[in-house]
Amino acid sequence: MEAAALLEGTAALLPHITVLVTGLVVLVLDLFLPPRGLGQAGSRWATEAVSLVGLALAFACALAQAGDEPRAVFMGMAVVDGLGTFFNAVFVLIAALTVLLSAHYVRREDIRPGEYYALILFATLGFMFVGSSSDLVMMFLAIETFSMATYILAGLLRDTPRSLESAFKYFMLGSFSSAFFLYGIATLYGALGTTNLLALSQAMSAEGTSPLLLMGMGLLIVGLGFKVAVVPFHMWAPDVYEGAPTAVTAFMTAGPKAAAFAALLRVFAQGFGAPAFSEEWVPIFAVLAALTMLLGNIVAIVQQSVKRMLAYSSIAHAGYAFVALVAHNAAGAGSILYYLVAYTFMSLGAFTVLMIVARRDDQRHVFDDYAGLGATNPALAAIMSLFMFALAGFPPTAGFAGKFYVFSAAAQSGYYVLALIGVLTSVISVVYYARVVILMYMHEPDAEAPRIRLAPTSVAALSVTAFGVLYLGIFPGGVMQLAARSVAFLFPG
Amino acid sequence: MIPVPYYLVISAVLFITGAIGVLMRRNALIMLMSLELMLNAVNLSFVAYARMLNDTGGHVIVFLNIAVAAAEAVVGLAILLTIFRNRETVNIDHLNLMRH
Repeated sequence: MEAAALLEGTAALLPHITVLVTGLVVLVLDLFLPPRGLGQAGSRWATEAVSLVGLALAFACALAQAGDEPRAVFMGMAVVDGLGTFFNAVFVLIAALTVLLSAHYVRREDIRPGEYYALILFATLGFMFVGSSSDLVMMFLAIETFSMATYILAGLLRDTPRSLESAFKYFMLGSFSSAFFLYGIATLYGALGTTNLLALSQAMSAEGTSPLLLMGMGLLIVGLGFKVAVVPFHMWAPDVYEGAPTAVTAFMTAGPKAAAFAALLRVFAQGFGAPAFSEEWVPIFAVLAALTMLLGNIVAIVQQSVKRMLAYSSIAHAGYAFVALVAHNAAGAGSILYYLVAYTFMSLGAFTVLMIVARRDDQRHVFDDYAGLGATNPALAAIMSLFMFALAGFPPTAGFAGKFYVFSAAAQSGYYVLALIGVLTSVISVVYYARVVILMYMHEPDAEAPRIRLAPTSVAALSVTAFGVLYLGIFPGGVMQLAARSVAFLFPG
Repeated sequence: MIPVPYYLVISAVLFITGAIGVLMRRNALIMLMSLELMLNAVNLSFVAYARMLNDTGGHVIVFLNIAVAAAEAVVGLAILLTIFRNRETVNIDHLNLMRH
C-alpha cells in the first residue's frame, strides 16, 4: 500500500485511533499509578480524567468528519460516511456517559480502574469499527473486539458468583452467535467471491439470488439476531444483564445494542438493500420484530427485580428499533439512529439510578427496594420517574418522539400491523414502568435501609441523561434531521 | 483430487456437531471445545471456497480467524477458571443463580 493511501486512511480513522490510544494510555498508566493506600483516590481520578479527555478528543475528531464526502479507506475495509460518523459520535457519547456513571461504582465496589476503563475504551473502539466497516471480515473482527471486552467486563466482580455466571453465559452465547455470523460470511464469500459489502451488493444485483446466498443471509440474521437479542435469540440477555455489575449492564444495554444495529444497517440496508433482496429478509425481520415487542413487554410485567425488568425492557426496545429496520425506507433508517440515541439516554439514566439504589455490594434490585424513595430521596425518585415515563413512551420525552418516528416510518411502508403491535405493547409496558413510580411515591420507605448518598459524578451522569431525554423529546427535529442526513445515501432518490 | 463440495459437506457436518455440542453438553470445557470446532469448521469452508474461487482472500481470512479463536479461548478459559475457583464446578447445571 502506498504511503499516501496509508496517511489518508489514518486521517480518516482518527476518531478510532484516538480512542485506541486513550485505552492504551489508560492501560499503561495503571502500571505506574499507586493501586492502594493514599494514592488510590488520585489514581482513579487520573484514569477517569485521561479517559474523558481522550473521548472528548475522539468526539471532536468525529464531529470534524461530519459532512465529508463518503470514501473508502484501507483497501475498502473501512469507510467514512454519514452513517459511520453518526455512530462514532454516539459510541463516544455512550463511553463518556459510562465513565461518568461508573466513577461512583468503581469506588464503591473497589474495582481496579485501569482495567475497567481500558476495557470500556477498547469495547468502544470495537463499536466504532463496526459502524465504519465496509467489509464483512472487518465487521467480524470489530464485533469480536467489543464482544471480548464486554465478556470480561461482565465478569469483573471476580468474587461474585452472579457476575461470573453472567460472564460465562454471555461468553458462550456471544461466541456461539459469532460462529454463525462467521459461517454466514464464509457462505456469502463462497456464493459471490468477495466479502466487501459494496462489491457484494453489486455482485448480487448481477447474479440474482441463489440458495447459497440465502443461506448466508440467514446465518447473518442468526448471528446478528443474537447480538441484538431479538426473540427467539434473546434467552441469554436477561440472565446476563441481571448478573453483570450494574454499571456494566448500563453500558451493555446501550453500546453493544447500538453497534449491532449499526451492523444490521450496514449489512441489510446497505449490502442487501436492493428490492430483489430486501423482499427476502424484510418478512423475516417483521416476524422477529413482532415477537420481540410482544415477548419483551409481556415477560417484563412478571419480574420481581427492577434490573431484570429493565433487561426485558431492553429486549422490547430492540424490537421497536427493529420495526424501523423492517420499514426499509429513509425515514426508517433515520429513526433507528434517533431511537438509539434516545434509548442511550433513557437506559443509561435508568441504570444509573439502579446503580445508586443498589448500594454497596450491588444487591438491592427488587421492586421493594424502591418503596418510599419519593419520601427519602425526592430528587432521585423524580428523575427515576422521568426515565420510566420516557421508556414507556410518554410525551414530552425522547421515548415518545422515538416511537413516533419509528411507527410512522413503518406505516409509511405499509406495515400497519407492526405499528399497531408497537403501540399496543407500549401501552402494556406502562404497567411495569408505572409500578416503579407507584412504589416510589405511594409506599412507606424501609426504615432499615442504609441512606443513599449521591456522588457528584453520578449527579453529573443523571443530569446529562435527563437533559438528553427531555431535549430530544421537546426538540426532536435537530437530531432527527441529522440522523436523516446521515442515512440519506442508503436510499438515493 | 477430492472435489471441493466434499470439503463443504464436512465443514457443515463439523459446524452442526459443534453447535449441538454447545447446546447439549453440560460440561463447560466440552462446550468450549465445541465452540472451537464450530470456528474451525468455518475455517475449512473458507479454505475450500478460496480453492474453488482461486482467490487468496479466503486463506488470509483463515489466519485472522485463528487469531480470533485463540483470543476467544483465552477469555473463555479465564472466565471458566475463575468460576472453578469460586464454585469448584464447571457443570453448567450449577450455574443457575438467576433462574426465577
